[in-house]
Amino acid sequence: MKKTSFVLLLAAASMLAACGGKKDDTNGNDSTKALSGSVSIDGSSTVYPITEAVAEEFGKENKDVKVAVAESGTGGGFKKFGRGEVDINDASRPIKPTEDSLCKANGINYLELLVAYDGLAVVVNPQNDWCKDITVAELKMLWEPAAQGKVTRWSQVRKGWPDQEIHLFGAGSQSGTFDYFTEAICGKSKASRGDYTASEDDNVLVQGIKGDKYALGFFGLAYFEANKADLKLLPIDDGNAENGAGAIAPSIETVKNKTYAPLGRPLFIYISDKAARRPEVVAFVNYYLDNTNELSKEVGYVPLGDDELKAVKDKFAGFAGAAAPKQ
Amino acid sequence: MNSSSRNRLIDQAFKWFGIACTLFGLVMLGIFLADIIREGIARIDWNFIVDGPSRKPEQAGILPALAGTIWVLVLTGIIAIPLGIAAGIYLEEYGKKNRFGSIIEVNIANLAGVPSIIYGLLGLEIFGRIMGMGGSVLAGSCTLALLVLPIIIVATRESVKAVPKTIREASFGLGASKWQTIRMQVLPAASGGIVTGVILALSRAIGETAPLIVVGALAYIDQVPTSPSDDFTVLPIQIFNWVSRPQKGFLVNAAAGIIVLLAVTFIMNGIALYLRRRWQKKVKW
Repeated sequence: MKKTSFVLLLAAASMLAACGGKKDDTNGNDSTKALSGSVSIDGSSTVYPITEAVAEEFGKENKDVKVAVAESGTGGGFKKFGRGEVDINDASRPIKPTEDSLCKANGINYLELLVAYDGLAVVVNPQNDWCKDITVAELKMLWEPAAQGKVTRWSQVRKGWPDQEIHLFGAGSQSGTFDYFTEAICGKSKASRGDYTASEDDNVLVQGIKGDKYALGFFGLAYFEANKADLKLLPIDDGNAENGAGAIAPSIETVKNKTYAPLGRPLFIYISDKAARRPEVVAFVNYYLDNTNELSKEVGYVPLGDDELKAVKDKFAGFAGAAAPKQ
Repeated sequence: MNSSSRNRLIDQAFKWFGIACTLFGLVMLGIFLADIIREGIARIDWNFIVDGPSRKPEQAGILPALAGTIWVLVLTGIIAIPLGIAAGIYLEEYGKKNRFGSIIEVNIANLAGVPSIIYGLLGLEIFGRIMGMGGSVLAGSCTLALLVLPIIIVATRESVKAVPKTIREASFGLGASKWQTIRMQVLPAASGGIVTGVILALSRAIGETAPLIVVGALAYIDQVPTSPSDDFTVLPIQIFNWVSRPQKGFLVNAAAGIIVLLAVTFIMNGIALYLRRRWQKKVKW
């Protein structure tokens, strides 16, 4: 009995393996010998779309290099990165001291590379005709832990707004987006009221706000771009005239010139020195930096400026040069 | 109204209630299938099957995920089926029915109810880290094998138990040893139930996502695993990944992925039904 079914399944598996087998075509335009090996990446689900796009394009040109991308979150990724289990970690915030000491304990030196900017979008339902902008102070009053069960009506946020219940939607507590929003708005990472609709899945938030006139929520600007028609974006006033006076709407310019404060953020990749000794990892990171601007824009993030990008490339060239095995 | 016509009325009422209960599940399944097929069937073509993942929904395919699913399924079967059947036979035929035996029995029943994410954490620590398998196909398969083992053990025990005692006694009476009796009489007679258990177990394994994510299955991989030590992803993870994206095209892909996953499950069940019918014809007392 088992024999027959195993033979059947094995046959099916080997057939699939056969049609998936990569042909040995080398790059015509590449004078160096074809790369092989593998690049393993984990980390932020915010950076994931860029890394996935890079991996896809890189894979087309380097068919013998296996690129594997997981998304267990910035923190989850750093845990594996610090143990030396992955080559590159995607991060939507800089590394934390505890994560840094994990790397040190395992003898891992790393390099942080800026690859793009992200903006958080604060949005309401398109039928909401009273709320045209919002200040950071108002957002803080609305989202800080003390607001739980107390600030429940639009009229409490600003005088003149309707006396209606406000329905809040936001990123779940496991996401880097949540860490970032709470830190930027409430002043402390993970400090938030708990009585809102939380989801790690931005699509759930989009659907929730789209169907509720009295909703307000936040998530990555990339998700707003993909759902523009169903949502209304709120300009943010941080009360600091030095980085632009008044309420500022998120856009490529305002995130990049840092006037969309405090809800624009940098995105990074971290590379370990051990990985940087391997030619396929170096090639992958170089490819990443060569294409990040174009691909970031494509997946809805804000690309780096030319001078910024050049600085990042120089930084990596220095790191890879120092890590390279001595001949 | 006399009592006999009242009883008849209750009889009728219960019959219709039963029909409604039966139809409820079927109608829900029908609605789900119709919805998924309406959304996804047009997306399935040869390219969808043989392409790798992509950030562009119309170019994305499921090859690495489908191959990963088949790899995991085969390896899980190779590990779990012999272990589960052997353990089930031991517990029923050889094991003593004492206190120790009943403790084992209760624990196996309990294991079947442990949330799958717990198995994932166990797999990550034991197979992934201590045994050094990392996030490989083998680590994932070992984890899933543990997860489905109780199902196979319980099914094997139940079907071995259902073989009449007289058969064993007749076999012993003709001079057969215990192992000969089990191999030639008990196992063939119990095979139908065992196959059902194996299919239930593998059908569960094919749909699991959480433990594999914990063990380290990937979100993006463009190559098919070629050995048990390769990194992998599986169809449910690919589907989950697509469902959680904002672009509408990926939702269509997810529906198409679900159809493929259902097809794999149905084919598996079909093979099992066929095998069961064939073996049961052979058993004649």
